[in-house]
Amino acid sequence: MLSHIPEAAQDADANIKLAKEIIGNCVHCGVCLSRCPTYAVRHEENDSPRGRIFLIKGMYEKGGVPDARTVEHLDRCLTCLACEAICPSGVEYSKLIAHGREYVEQHYRRPLFQRVVRESLIRLLPNAGLFRKAIALGRLARPARGLFSGTLRAMMDMVPASPLPAPSPVDRPQTFTVTPGTTRRKRVALLNGCVQTALDTAINEATIRLLQRHGVEVVVAQGSGCCGAPAEHMGAEDKALPLVKANIDAWLREADGPEGLDAVIINTSGCGTSVKAYGHAMRLDPQWAEKAARVSAMARDISEFMTEIGLMSPARPTGQRIVYHSACSMQHGQRIINQPKDLLRSAGFTVLDVPEGYLCCGSAGTYNLLQPEIAQQLKERKVRNIRSVNAQVAASGNIGCMTQLAGDVGIPFVHTVELLDWATGGPEPAALAKAQIAAG
Amino acid sequence: MQMPEPSQDIMNQREALAVALRQIVGQEWVISDEAERRPYQCDGITAYMAMPLLVVLPGSAAEVQQILRFCHAKGIKVVPRGSGTSLSGGALPLEDGILLVTSRLCNVLEVDAANRVARLQPGVPNIKISEAVQHLGLCYMPDPSSQLISTIGGNVAENAGGVHCLKYGVTANHILGLEAVLMTGEVIRLGGAYLGAAEGEMDLMGVLTGSEGLLAMVTEIAVRLEPVPEVARVISMSFASVEQACACVGAIVGAGIIPAGLEFMDRKVLDAVSVLIRETFDSNTAALLLCELDGTAVEVDALVDVVSDVARTQGAIETKVSTTEEERQRIWSSRKLAFSAIGKLCPDYYCTDGTIPRNKLPEVLNKMADMSVKYGLDYANCFHAGDGNLHPIIMYDAAKPGDLEKAEAFGADVLIACVDAGGVLSGEHGVGVEKRDLMTHQFTDIDLNQQQMVKCAFDPAELLNPGKVFPTACRCAEFGRMHVRNGVVRFPDIPRF
Repeated sequence: MLSHIPEAAQDADANIKLAKEIIGNCVHCGVCLSRCPTYAVRHEENDSPRGRIFLIKGMYEKGGVPDARTVEHLDRCLTCLACEAICPSGVEYSKLIAHGREYVEQHYRRPLFQRVVRESLIRLLPNAGLFRKAIALGRLARPARGLFSGTLRAMMDMVPASPLPAPSPVDRPQTFTVTPGTTRRKRVALLNGCVQTALDTAINEATIRLLQRHGVEVVVAQGSGCCGAPAEHMGAEDKALPLVKANIDAWLREADGPEGLDAVIINTSGCGTSVKAYGHAMRLDPQWAEKAARVSAMARDISEFMTEIGLMSPARPTGQRIVYHSACSMQHGQRIINQPKDLLRSAGFTVLDVPEGYLCCGSAGTYNLLQPEIAQQLKERKVRNIRSVNAQVAASGNIGCMTQLAGDVGIPFVHTVELLDWATGGPEPAALAKAQIAAG
Repeated sequence: MQMPEPSQDIMNQREALAVALRQIVGQEWVISDEAERRPYQCDGITAYMAMPLLVVLPGSAAEVQQILRFCHAKGIKVVPRGSGTSLSGGALPLEDGILLVTSRLCNVLEVDAANRVARLQPGVPNIKISEAVQHLGLCYMPDPSSQLISTIGGNVAENAGGVHCLKYGVTANHILGLEAVLMTGEVIRLGGAYLGAAEGEMDLMGVLTGSEGLLAMVTEIAVRLEPVPEVARVISMSFASVEQACACVGAIVGAGIIPAGLEFMDRKVLDAVSVLIRETFDSNTAALLLCELDGTAVEVDALVDVVSDVARTQGAIETKVSTTEEERQRIWSSRKLAFSAIGKLCPDYYCTDGTIPRNKLPEVLNKMADMSVKYGLDYANCFHAGDGNLHPIIMYDAAKPGDLEKAEAFGADVLIACVDAGGVLSGEHGVGVEKRDLMTHQFTDIDLNQQQMVKCAFDPAELLNPGKVFPTACRCAEFGRMHVRNGVVRFPDIPRF
């Protein structure tokens, strides 16, 4: 599609030049509308990928301060990337929307409430300690949540009803050697994440056990932490970059050390999409471009890595009916579609797909907090679809979706690695033990 | 491309009209903001753009009726739009007209398995019909390539075809009943929700189907459902020359076989889609035919043998038969995404849609190759070979001055060649604005006058989608119509039927 973005703007900003190229690849065929969650809810072109491409084109053509309506529609995008995955013309929507949001944050002054909320989230999420304190406060305020609406209400609703687990000893920087009696085949760094270390410590614990059992040494590298996605999703590149650089340094220190590193393992697909894009994010910085590209090339979702090294035979009877919810960052962002399901099958489980599986559950990082109305509609739709297949357990590879859905699906909701760990000799996931799920 | 001169007077009333229309559909479903109207400037053809006066998204048939009644009273033009996938500019907005969008009217109202009928709102995407009835072993057969998102209302307006229309027929063959609102707000119901419901009626459904939004706004559609064929397999046949592939098309149909689909893709298209379907093609392949055969297992096995024999006789380099349903789906998805995949090869493309008798395929394809040299523009071919429905994809760069004009002239030459070969301007994309000015090449003035009289019978004020299909205004007011005033017929002494 032809755009008329002024040459001067393109020369001044490499991301605007890139935007022009990306817009040029769009032929306006409309296939993306069929996969877009906001279009499924709103039925309005402005809330579709094709519409947002037009809006971004208009924003750059006009230059200056973006108008409030354009910002609202760009905010409503979940960045689920279902559009990019189905686009036959290969339009790189992810880059277009990410840079478009950066432009918005640089040129548009949001109303005070929005600024406060966004700033708090950007500060809170990457810091597990602060996040824990906020959740504790939220629990105190929980009984009064009926008095609130919109984003505040959504935040209070997200606070778990039961207390958070104590910080896990595995999330401190250290090295986990392979299970005694097995030979070391690989050595990897684990991104233990930010929110995940506060909300659900069992996921990293299961991941480490699973890897150790398969002859993989695991390092939680000193200095690694949040991947930077929360800030990046809100267009706050300046807030994301220090986190990105800290991770690159931490992992390359290991990779270039005497023991070396075969991969960076990520068990939260939202973070995985982000780490795999480090190379693009830093491409214009000569000091970091190459280092970032190296880290991106080493990044693997745990399901990709386990597929590469092969899963051992199950150590106990399984066969439970598992409904597998593929996170958008997994299936669209990283195009990992069959690996998690194949692993679960080879561990002996019966795997069922979610109808309308391409649709986002509404979690989308901080989206459920910033856009509670659309998020709620998507959540209800996803819950209906998950319930419709009548499974015993739901599994996913992304903590965000699990937090969004676990309370409503009526069955235990666990991380894929917890099931793989259990099947190959680890402890039964707490949620399953509680629900007394029988083998199939 | 010339559109009717917009009325400045009406454009000045934008905000007042928005206020009035919001009372019908609610605050948020009338879009008047400039930035938000921009994404509605075009449909599937980006070469033609116009800012709509307002965009209105009704939530019920009753609201459609009120909107049309209001616009009729105020003399406001109305352009209907579904998902905006038209490849003929059928939903190109008018600067002094509202864009009436059906996307919120997207409910499957009823599925009647006993009568094999589904009742639908116009904004239901084509694919959602089959998805809604697959648990019954049924499907909706017409499958335009845009079926993931193009709406059934738009399919009716354009009388959409698709890969499977060779055997199963086009949209018109699958519509049992329609509810539509005339420009005056009057509701008409044609046919019904069972096979044969239209018996004894004048075939006005046939008139409305393919009328490109010029006659009425369809608000409900009853479609026929078909059983999903027990078995379907695709044979891909590669040929070293385009001529051989074309000859094979005729030979297959000549052998008495009506395939479920018979598609042609040339080398450029194959290269564009090979990534999508994770398949590489032999370097000698100049064209590929995809032939789908469906029915019972025994029938399909027998047909596969016959078609494979024909292909061999016609000099196919290789024939491959799909063995799994997944493989078959993958092959078809490559075909259905082919147009958009061309987007990877060039900044812009222009796809047109003539239909010719099958035996003229080699002749017209050769002419196309000459035209490509003449205009200096590359092109690719991907079309419904079985029904002679050509879809040349002309590649250009809108940023290059003069390129669009060359592409348009190239496209026009192709269509003229189609008509001269005994064919027609459009197979399934409609005339819209894209082929409008070529209508005089296919039709005489008398033909066009007759067609315009139909328009005048439905919409004498010419407010529905004006500037489309016909190269001139209909001048309904000038046509001699018989007025009956106060029950008194003029010239009562003249004998009448």
